[in-house]
Amino acid sequence: MSAIIDHGHAHDHGYHPSGIMRWVTTTNHKDIGTLYLWFSFTMFLVGGMLALGIRAELFQPGLQFWHPEFFNQLTSMHGLIMVFGAIMPAFVGFANWQVPMMIGAPDMAFARMNNWSFWLLPVAATLLVSSFFVPGGAIAAGWTIYAPLSTQMGPGMDLGIFALHIMGASSIMGSINIITTILNMRAPGMTLMKMPLFVWTWLITAYLLIAVMPVLAGAVTMLLTDRHFGTSFFNAAGGGDPVMFQHIFWFFGHPEVYIMILPGFGIISQVIPAFARKPLFGYSSMVYATASIAILSFIVWAHHMFTVGMPTAGVLFFMYATVLIAVPTGVKVFNWLATMWRGSMTFETPMLFAVGFIFVFTMGGFTGLILAIMPIDIQLQDTYYVVAHFHYVLVAGSLFSLFAGFYFWVPKWTGRMYDETLGKWHFWLSMIFFNITFFPMHFLGLAGMPRRIPDYALQFAGFNEIASIGAFGFGLSQILFLWIILKVTVLGRGEKAGQKPWEGADTLEWTHLASPAPYHSFHEQPVVK
Amino acid sequence: MKKGIAAAGLLALSGAARAAYQWDLPTPVTRVAAEIDDLHVKMMWIILVIFVVVFGVMFYSIYAHRKSIGHKAEHFHENTMVEILWTVIPFLVLIFMAWPATKTILNLKDTTTPDITIKATGYQWKWGYDYLKGEGEGISFLSALSTPQDQITGKEKKGEHYLLEVDNPLVVPVGKKVRILTTANDVIHAWMVPAFGVKQDAIPGFVRDTWFRAEKEGTYRGQCAELCGKDHGFMPIVVEVVSAEKYAAWVAEQKKKSAAAADDPTKKWNLADLKARGEKVYTANCVACHQANGQGVKGAFPALDSSPLIKEPKGRHIEIVLNGRPKTAMAAFGKQLSDTDIAAVITFERNSWSNKTGEVIQPSDIRAARK
Repeated sequence: MSAIIDHGHAHDHGYHPSGIMRWVTTTNHKDIGTLYLWFSFTMFLVGGMLALGIRAELFQPGLQFWHPEFFNQLTSMHGLIMVFGAIMPAFVGFANWQVPMMIGAPDMAFARMNNWSFWLLPVAATLLVSSFFVPGGAIAAGWTIYAPLSTQMGPGMDLGIFALHIMGASSIMGSINIITTILNMRAPGMTLMKMPLFVWTWLITAYLLIAVMPVLAGAVTMLLTDRHFGTSFFNAAGGGDPVMFQHIFWFFGHPEVYIMILPGFGIISQVIPAFARKPLFGYSSMVYATASIAILSFIVWAHHMFTVGMPTAGVLFFMYATVLIAVPTGVKVFNWLATMWRGSMTFETPMLFAVGFIFVFTMGGFTGLILAIMPIDIQLQDTYYVVAHFHYVLVAGSLFSLFAGFYFWVPKWTGRMYDETLGKWHFWLSMIFFNITFFPMHFLGLAGMPRRIPDYALQFAGFNEIASIGAFGFGLSQILFLWIILKVTVLGRGEKAGQKPWEGADTLEWTHLASPAPYHSFHEQPVVK
Repeated sequence: MKKGIAAAGLLALSGAARAAYQWDLPTPVTRVAAEIDDLHVKMMWIILVIFVVVFGVMFYSIYAHRKSIGHKAEHFHENTMVEILWTVIPFLVLIFMAWPATKTILNLKDTTTPDITIKATGYQWKWGYDYLKGEGEGISFLSALSTPQDQITGKEKKGEHYLLEVDNPLVVPVGKKVRILTTANDVIHAWMVPAFGVKQDAIPGFVRDTWFRAEKEGTYRGQCAELCGKDHGFMPIVVEVVSAEKYAAWVAEQKKKSAAAADDPTKKWNLADLKARGEKVYTANCVACHQANGQGVKGAFPALDSSPLIKEPKGRHIEIVLNGRPKTAMAAFGKQLSDTDIAAVITFERNSWSNKTGEVIQPSDIRAARK
């Protein structure tokens, strides 16, 4: 026994494992954050390839590349991979890196569980992607997997269901970890109302995740038993109700939408003050607005279902509740503008993405308002207008905020500055091609083009052509982003970054930690006044 | 008014306003659709004003409060009055938006006192129409895509109404309140006609309803709006709105046709006639999955050519066509097709490609199997 200890490594704080086992066994929040970010970027590229497959087929009317059933697999898997593989894990990656550093904690509360919640994800992703190669192919019932279409699918559906279960478990563990870390490990003096806004938004997001991931797990489990064990939850012939699936799914699905945007609001709320060199305007109203959005998200789900034929009272309730969300969301946008107002602004890449976010995300908010008005939604439900709307909030919203956050914090993570010229190119290319891709989809939707169709009538040809060109431009722009990442991380090229490269940044990771942040930070907690 | 907003958002494309660039809601032909149009225009004006004010402020700030032109940051970070104002004003704007919408909702939800009631049933992948009440009661037919496969695969030039044309359109009289009951046979579909401002999900096992009163004669087109599997994009809806006289004539013609088309269920058919009829039924109902060459789609839809099913006795084959296969896209055609059609298509399948059983399945076999 003693021999083993003698020959073993001394596990002091300077210990730094290396090689592949460093990553497999790591319990370090920074390593796990890096793993999350690389994983999500990989899935982003996979999901992006599927999107290009969709846009290639839709470039012209007629069927050119894919059978209709494979086209349905492309749209469904693009949605699932982007939501569960790219956007959600990317935000968890940011939380892992940033939450402990921003609250002055040495690591996450449950370091080993942290390792497990990450390593579940590659397993789930493998299940999900490998479903393309089973008989019948991958999920082709849309990312919303509405019953009873999803009970018709082949074994690819079962793989997808298990993948969702595993990803749900991972999200719940991640959320428990984040909540515990934030509530118990803040530096002395950092009261809740002194926490950086990114930490606040993640605290609220983590509660949302814990509340709704089990609901999704329940929905897909019922689907599984309907498929294989003779139950009839969603089968009218057996006394069930197909619409019940939609109610349960969207009770998860609408909070899920805010899970994907609230941490983005947090990132933007860190970036704007830093580059305006001015404190965030209306800090406490930002916190209350975030909490209001989260609470409202639980009572608006059926606005995704205005065409199922709800009673009039139900329709009215969900319409009124939905338009209410515009109030706290508006407060956020106004606060960001007031932060910029009479500041002293510079426009490095993080700020460009943040301002771009406000501009384009707000347009997504406007179309959301239009869709909330039920009679208009009757015309637009399940058309390309909806596709345009949710890409405005998910790409120009979530994704652009992730880009902003990456450029903002990568000097702290790597100790080097990213390539500013290329970063600006990345912003302008992404911004322009994003709008070329998705703006025309508003017109397609108004003209009545249904979503999820592999071929379309001739009056839709023009805008589809434009959208496809934009999509390929947007996809190629992300190759540039890959190069920017590789350059500053793996290749280690770029100017050395000082402890606080951004003049206006004032949170603990900038004021107390060197760049790159040491492998183990805050052995002793800083005191916040 | 609407065109004004269009010009603001669409300067670049206004020159190219060709048919390929339809970009707005179709011209409404019902009151509900017209109200929706008005709501949309009103909303767009409000949004345009908010857009100009908010982003006017933002871009002015970006222009004037830059470090590079020497602007010094101020340090204010709250103002209770301003914060209350920008919470209360949006709230009032929202009430202003939701109020007219409420009136339209009450109107579009009111399906009472229809002149004609028609049931629309979604099938994978076509629509079935049953005239349940009012003039034309008893008429019943299926309505499927009539665009030739060659246009879809690009072997032939695409027609004017590519993918928006059907063999048997729904025919309704102008100015009459038509209530549509929707339901489905397999998965959820949605019945949509944008010019009427109508979209209603068709849910298997449940009946939902919607209504329209078309104010102008003409042909109006829509598509299935809820993902329903492989050929979701290929099950359009075509409604012909005709004058009262034309409608009466159409009803009379349909009644005559259905009387003439009623097959004698005891008739004995020979192989050649039955196979010829079966080919038509196959093309209309089976070809989407099992393919024209009977090979199906590997992994998704089984082949019929040289299938083990053909070697089995015909009873199993009849049972599958009648009752479908649960949890797959194979529908129960017993509810959709007549005995003669089912007999014909099974005869066709058992005597086509490399299948040479020589069996002739008679309508009486199907009738027996139904019991």
